[in-house]
Amino acid sequence: MNIYILPLRFSDSQLLADLASTLSHAFKLPVALLDAPFSLKEGYDPVRNQYNSTWILSRILDLAPLEDCKILGVTGVDLYVPVLTFVFGEAQLQGKAAVVSSFRLRDELYGLPKNPERLKERLEKEAIHELGHTFGLVHSREPNCVMFTSTYAEEIDFKSKDFCSACSVFLDNKKS
Amino acid sequence: MSPDKKDNTISLLVVDDELSVRDSLTKWFKEDGYKVDSAADATEALKKLKPGVFDIIFLDIKLPGMDGMELQQRIKSIDSSATIIMITAYASVDTAVKSLKEGAYDYVTKPVDPDYLSHLVTNVIKQRRLLSENLQLKERIQELYEIDQIIGQSPSMLKVFDLIKAVAPTDTTVMIRGESGTGKELIARAIHSNSSRRFFPIITVNCGGLTEGLTESEFFGHEKGAFTGALYRRKGKLEMADGGTVFLDEVGNIDPKTQTDLLRVIETKQFTRVGGDDVIKVDFRLICATNRDLELAVKEGIFREDLYYRLNVFSISIPPLRERRSDIPILANYFLKKLTDAMNKPVTSFSLDAMELLKGYDWPGNVRELRNAIERSVVVASGPSITADQLPIPRVSKSMPQDQSMESVEKAHIKNILEQTGWNITRASEALGIDRTTLYNKIEKYGLRK
Repeated sequence: MNIYILPLRFSDSQLLADLASTLSHAFKLPVALLDAPFSLKEGYDPVRNQYNSTWILSRILDLAPLEDCKILGVTGVDLYVPVLTFVFGEAQLQGKAAVVSSFRLRDELYGLPKNPERLKERLEKEAIHELGHTFGLVHSREPNCVMFTSTYAEEIDFKSKDFCSACSVFLDNKKS
Repeated sequence: MSPDKKDNTISLLVVDDELSVRDSLTKWFKEDGYKVDSAADATEALKKLKPGVFDIIFLDIKLPGMDGMELQQRIKSIDSSATIIMITAYASVDTAVKSLKEGAYDYVTKPVDPDYLSHLVTNVIKQRRLLSENLQLKERIQELYEIDQIIGQSPSMLKVFDLIKAVAPTDTTVMIRGESGTGKELIARAIHSNSSRRFFPIITVNCGGLTEGLTESEFFGHEKGAFTGALYRRKGKLEMADGGTVFLDEVGNIDPKTQTDLLRVIETKQFTRVGGDDVIKVDFRLICATNRDLELAVKEGIFREDLYYRLNVFSISIPPLRERRSDIPILANYFLKKLTDAMNKPVTSFSLDAMELLKGYDWPGNVRELRNAIERSVVVASGPSITADQLPIPRVSKSMPQDQSMESVEKAHIKNILEQTGWNITRASEALGIDRTTLYNKIEKYGLRK
């Protein structure tokens, strides 16, 4: 099985390369960049000034290769679902597609100095988290596990990039 | 958390006419590991709603047809235990106050901050767990008080109660003797719930139901892999009872090897699990029960003599029901009330001949048999009174002696009347239609004793 990263208006190639390496290590699967034309225009809500992540997922599925794979959309725009003020990302539970945004992971959004290293860490954790959902993982009760739920940016910093033992076992079973 | 649900997974219902809201919330909560269902309107929601199915219900105020406020009231009438959270895109102080007054837990405005939503649900779950634990504690305490109300006013049962009161506060090992169905476990629980160990568990081991292979594991637990099928480490009953009481029912049935092991545990207060090396220390009070003749079992070499002396420190004998017939009406009425309440049947009494039949029968199965008979009769009863033909016991009293001579019949009859009157000589002589002196002479003649 392959994991594909699909940049969606995301141009930081170094960050994408680092992300690919981290995801490969986390899931022990090959990771490649997917180059496909993708317009976010229809998913934009001008009232909210945000992009609908559920719509993005449906578009990702339209583009997905037929092979058994996972596709992670990576974007820098602000994401939402109708009932919530924002989301860091969204995924199909036990499905093919996931999307993650760096928008709310940036310290400068909260009035703090830019911190590229922290952004990289947060993006990697949330990417692993959303991809974890595509394998059927739900939120973990272990605060250190990457599948622990994070509802604000600083909370992401408290958890690790690793799966807890229960999630690891679940993931191994799913992959095999 | 709902006692009606088969597992402990939190179950949510999302009621909103917007598909995107239903989908988003469903997905959000499924990622948290909750079970989620959804409904687009009140009609669909009410079809899915049954008591105890949903723990938390998210309810949009603006729904087509019946609105969220009215649906909130309907939900409360079907399942008052469900927690309702109102959601709306149109914030209004009036509707917020009204919904909270009607019992909603909270009122949130779309779009909701994910952190707020996450904490809201966590707090709801914590609160529901606390309420559930509180209810269970109250029920257990209620159970403790009910156990104390063992039914019996006959002189022989009053003696049993005195013995319970005397031994309960101590840590003395108790041996309860009595025929099957006399309430030995009830007595054991009464002793436990009146002891200083009452806040710890009483663990029952039915020694009669164990096969030799399983007994060791049942008592001492086992480590993972100790034997085929031992997939997990398991605590044994002795370990589970730490701090509390172990009740060994039918203790006379324990196999010789386990008798040896049990004796060692009683003496040293420690053991190892099957397949394990770690020494487990335990502290428990022991109550045993048997309907066997243990003394005979010791003589025949079936039961260890040293274990017998360890267990037979304080003995309580429960008389069979036929030896305390004066308790039968009280027991019968007690069971009648309990069972009619449970079955919601308007049966309130026994007919005269039904009660005579109950009092005259020997009850080889004792109180348990009596309860079962009354339960059956309540089921078939068609009027407010249970009649003799509705009782599943033979009309001819088994207390009629095999020997039909005048002397035997007279002896049996006098004995019956004495037991019914609790050996009150005045009342017995009145019932028999003889004077007190004649009654005393007949008691001597037939060697009748209380």
